[in-house]
Amino acid sequence: MTVAAEGSPPLRMTRARRNALLQSEPVQGFALISPTFLYALVLLVLPILVVIAHSFWTQHYLTIDGTFTLENYRVALTEPIYRDLLWRSLYISLTVSFFTVVLAYPIAYFISFHGGRHKSLWLFLITIPFWTSYLLRVMSWKVILGYNGVLNSGLMGLGVIDEPSTALLYNSSAVIITLTHAWAAFAILPIFISLEKVDRTLVEAATDLGDGPLRSFLRVTLPLSAPGVISAAPIVMIPTVGDYVTPKLVGGKDGVMIANAIQAQFGKAANWPLGAALSVTTMVIVTLMAGATVLIIRALQRLAR
Amino acid sequence: MRARRFLPGGWLSLYAFLYIVFLYLPVVFLPIFSINTAPTPKFPLTGYTLKWYEDLPNTPALLDAAWNSLIVGVSASVLATVLGILAARSITRYRYPGRRTINGLIMAPLVLPEVIVAISMLLVMLQLGLSLSLFTVVLGHVLICIPYSMTVLTSGFEGFDRSLEEASADLGESAFGTFRRVTLPMVAPAIISSLLVCFTISLDEFIIAFFLTGTEATLPIYIWGQLRFASKLPGVLALGTLLLIASFLLMTVAEILRRRAARRTQNEGGLYA
Repeated sequence: MTVAAEGSPPLRMTRARRNALLQSEPVQGFALISPTFLYALVLLVLPILVVIAHSFWTQHYLTIDGTFTLENYRVALTEPIYRDLLWRSLYISLTVSFFTVVLAYPIAYFISFHGGRHKSLWLFLITIPFWTSYLLRVMSWKVILGYNGVLNSGLMGLGVIDEPSTALLYNSSAVIITLTHAWAAFAILPIFISLEKVDRTLVEAATDLGDGPLRSFLRVTLPLSAPGVISAAPIVMIPTVGDYVTPKLVGGKDGVMIANAIQAQFGKAANWPLGAALSVTTMVIVTLMAGATVLIIRALQRLAR
Repeated sequence: MRARRFLPGGWLSLYAFLYIVFLYLPVVFLPIFSINTAPTPKFPLTGYTLKWYEDLPNTPALLDAAWNSLIVGVSASVLATVLGILAARSITRYRYPGRRTINGLIMAPLVLPEVIVAISMLLVMLQLGLSLSLFTVVLGHVLICIPYSMTVLTSGFEGFDRSLEEASADLGESAFGTFRRVTLPMVAPAIISSLLVCFTISLDEFIIAFFLTGTEATLPIYIWGQLRFASKLPGVLALGTLLLIASFLLMTVAEILRRRAARRTQNEGGLYA
């Protein structure tokens, strides 16, 4: 009996089951992602909202006064120390993202167009240093650029300089070099992906129609790979503006960045609301800067066509 | 072929070579100076020694930090991978409104300044009355590991042939049975790869741990503390070299597994596609 009962309507059963499945697909999908989504809500969105709230409050020693005030933002934007730190951080992150993208483009191009069968091996080679501890990489730059460091002792050994140069370490250039190195992989990958999507026949068509190699690159490959550059620039710019370790280890007095000031507000200075306002200000301004960069690249892309 | 090249391949190859040198150079100096007899890292090298390594096991603070890192790394990678599996499966298998927004939110820690993520969590945890400990570090590490876990797992789950699961269900397997006997074997390499990636990130992560830990140090925090003393540098270089080697090995295994996972699902899917 059971065999017959189960055996006769299997087609209808599966179809009904499938229909039910399709109908409930959004529900199932959402249910499945909800633990991860909730985790991100509680540990990312809620904390950011709390930071924004704090930025409008005041701290009296250990108690937080929840009266609305814009005083923290006034301090963050007008006090010379914070204003200078903010400008320097923006300058550093802009420069770093420029150099990372410009240096990354040729290598992404090389892998995409000349990588042949070894594309994934190349990508792996490039991402490996990125997986090693960030702290250790910054430390190595300190070892390289230091007064008694690799570069100085090497140059002296070669007779290029007579005494160690102090110009290498503890300034914003040292910060820029270190960050450019640290964020390389983040720029290469998006550019590589967009270069992979460039239709090779278009490049060939341009050549067949008489464009030289440089011209076909500038008019076909480069504009078509602009999406990669557009995502690479903000990916580097936004995190580097808030870097803490690099300025602390290789920045010295002239390389201090806004994150060091933010940390101080949550540590020694113990002024959470000001720290919160500095964080919010930095995020808003760097987002605007990243947005402007994207618009500029888009405009250039249109010009190139 | 000529059409593809705007620069002669030779120049680009040279550039690629120099770029690789630039990427690896700083990393290579750590091991070199960790086996050098001179206590300060400079040229010319003075001689080969392993004494900096021999001192490491005799440092109780270091052993504690290593143990803490292990606990945090294992907990964070397991939690992040479980959350990553759920999310990656949902993203690759289902279509529903808000899917992209949710995905974007989950991936956001990847592109936010770590300091800001760290202080935001610090504020909330202090407000909630949580005392800072390794547990709070694990919470933080899970958040920043999920995006990486998602990336690895989505590439493993994508191209996964749904009809195999449907066939299994139609042949009478329960939902759990199907998952255990069909889905899991296909995606196991991706899952292990995700665990290794997350463990490596947690092992090397400094900022979040620095803000969210109480008195217990993880390895990067221990290293940070030692950096203040110039005399401790050789020991730090030796420890750093060991960490580099660990990261390198873990990531190589993870990459091999991830590729195997991607190949497996693509092949299986390719047959029917």
